[in-house]
Amino acid sequence: MMYLLESLRIALRGLSANKLRSALTMLGIIIGVAAVITLLSVGQGVQTLVTSSLESIGTNLLFVFPGNIQSMGAGARFTTAAYLTMRDADAIRSEVPNITAVAPSLQGTVDVEYGKTTIRTTLIGATPEYGPVRNYQPADGTFLTPEHQATGARVAVLGWRLASKLFPPEVYPIGQTIKINRIPFRVIGVLKEKGGGSFGSQDDVVMVPLSVAQQRLYPNRRSPAGEPLISVIDVQVDSQKHMDTVAASITDVLRQLHRLKPEDDNDFTVISQADLINIFGQITGVLTLFLGAIAGISLLVGGIGIMNIMLVSVTERTREIGIRKAVGAKRRDILLQFLIEALVLSLIGGAFGIMLGIAGALAVDRLSADLTTVITPQAILLATGFSAAVGLFFGIYPASRAARLNPIEALRYE
Amino acid sequence: MEARDDHVLIDVRNVVKIYRMGEVEVPALRGVSLQIHRGELLSIMGPSGSGKSTLMNILGCLDQPTAGEYYLDGVNVGQLDDNALAVIRNRRIGFVFQNFNLLPRTTALQNVELPLIYAGLGLRERRERAIAALEAVGLGDRIHHRPTELSGGQQQRVAIARALVTHPSIILADEPTGNLDTKSGKEIVAIFQRLNRQEGITVVFVTHDPDVAACTRRIIRLRDGLVESDEPREADCVYLEPEEAGALGFST
Ligand SMILES: Nc1ncnc2c1ncn2[C@@H]1O[C@H](COP(=O)(O)OP(=O)(O)OP(=O)(O)O)[C@@H](O)[C@H]1O
Ligand SMILES: [Mg+2]
Repeated sequence: MMYLLESLRIALRGLSANKLRSALTMLGIIIGVAAVITLLSVGQGVQTLVTSSLESIGTNLLFVFPGNIQSMGAGARFTTAAYLTMRDADAIRSEVPNITAVAPSLQGTVDVEYGKTTIRTTLIGATPEYGPVRNYQPADGTFLTPEHQATGARVAVLGWRLASKLFPPEVYPIGQTIKINRIPFRVIGVLKEKGGGSFGSQDDVVMVPLSVAQQRLYPNRRSPAGEPLISVIDVQVDSQKHMDTVAASITDVLRQLHRLKPEDDNDFTVISQADLINIFGQITGVLTLFLGAIAGISLLVGGIGIMNIMLVSVTERTREIGIRKAVGAKRRDILLQFLIEALVLSLIGGAFGIMLGIAGALAVDRLSADLTTVITPQAILLATGFSAAVGLFFGIYPASRAARLNPIEALRYE
Repeated sequence: MEARDDHVLIDVRNVVKIYRMGEVEVPALRGVSLQIHRGELLSIMGPSGSGKSTLMNILGCLDQPTAGEYYLDGVNVGQLDDNALAVIRNRRIGFVFQNFNLLPRTTALQNVELPLIYAGLGLRERRERAIAALEAVGLGDRIHHRPTELSGGQQQRVAIARALVTHPSIILADEPTGNLDTKSGKEIVAIFQRLNRQEGITVVFVTHDPDVAACTRRIIRLRDGLVESDEPREADCVYLEPEEAGALGFST
């Protein structure tokens, strides 16, 4: 115990006698550790954000898209120019069991105008079911009603962020008239903020009755037979355990309706929320990997920095070892001194690195509105472990070689 | 007068040291035998390359001979392992190098404390003894200076303080005055003479300066790795430290 204390004192003296070298070594560790922690926490945060955004869309949802998504994951694309119409939605509603709601919708990009403000944003032509299915609730006013849909009323519901951008603070949005692609609409509701981030700018949408979107805003989106198209059908399943069977029966119903032969591929795609989470999970996984690679490079650079400084000082340290051995230090004394020096550097550097890394992660968190960075213990362990290993190895290996020399050889070392 | 007794402290028998430089073998010592008694003060002379440093390093247990035996106080040093040699260097021998070999960026006090740390002494005792040793070499007012803040003579005195702080029975000094001017050189030799006279420490030093060697009663001359002459004689001078008349006794 006494002995360890004494070694600690020698090591601390050694470190403080070489402040610049100690500081530079520590800097390498700090940079490596901080970079890894920040980058990995950002990657993790993006992943969490995407997942929670997708989950916030609603629960137990299936999405039916026109066309066939050939490959899942990155590079997903629709191949055939197939289409969905209201007949598909009606067929699903009447023929598929275990579903609680069917919400067809039509999406597009429009210019929304109030006074002198014009904002380009996403329009959703929706039926009244769309609100409950997608968890959209009015904060003010009302959502779209069956009457609006039936009568083709030119009314609009705004996402809260769109509303706050469009109207000056003193104007109460409900009852105001806005123009969507130059057609006047009356605002009847403003939506509550969607929980769990705003992936795909869910708070920036404008919604109008589906019938109005089809007839007034997109009169040209028609099937060859002249029926108005829809972009996606949301199907809410009554429970998680029916997801697969419902997906299968939707497929059966639509194949029949579209008169597909057994050898034909589907000309539509049924995707569950879980599938979407998987797809985006893969994409963000790649992102995390990429960030991890960058972090790995900074660790490597930090490690090389540590190595460099340790190796550059080997000559001087070898002489020091020679002097210490000449006045009676044993091999064990030398090794213990260098071990403790390296440990102290790694620990202090690691601690600063962790603090800086967490600070970096928090800064990113603050700077970006939606991203919540997630600091994982694995990242901290990985970063600190690696830096400590590099510090220990390059601190101790040359020293242990020098400690084996006899004093005169060590003193003569060039 | 020198406090010599008949106890043989250093007994070197037929010591050979061959340096290998790749293919080439350089014989630095080719069979040196000599005895040094406790309490002697002697100097080693010889032309450059004659093997003086090589011999001193072996005597100081800093290096091992290629062949031959070295008995220190009756113990065959060649049989000892690394740790036992470290203990001998720490307790029995104080070594003074021509180029001082102080730890840079470390104060005089810390440099002198160094051997005591490895001797396992506590903080307080270490400090007291290091300060006493520094005072004994006349550096009591420089204990917090770093080597770069000291003159060559002062650095060498720090090195001597470090050599004598463990109360060794021998001090070996390889050209301790080689890097110093005549005046500081004489001061260093005066310190050795006093340590030898007052403490009974055996002192062996290498010098090129006949005037310095003339102060010792025995001069060993080396040539080409062999002892050329080893003559007991009358010392014909004694250097006195300026302070020596006064209070500057090194107390144990
Ligand atoms: N490490 C070494 N490797 C190879 N040869 C060496 C080594 N050290 C010394 N020698 C050789 O051994 C011989 C004796 O060297 P040594 O240093 O003992 O001489 P010296 O008497 O101390 O000389 P000087 O008065 O110049 O200090 C020299 O020929 C020298 O070249
Ligand atoms: Mg020499």
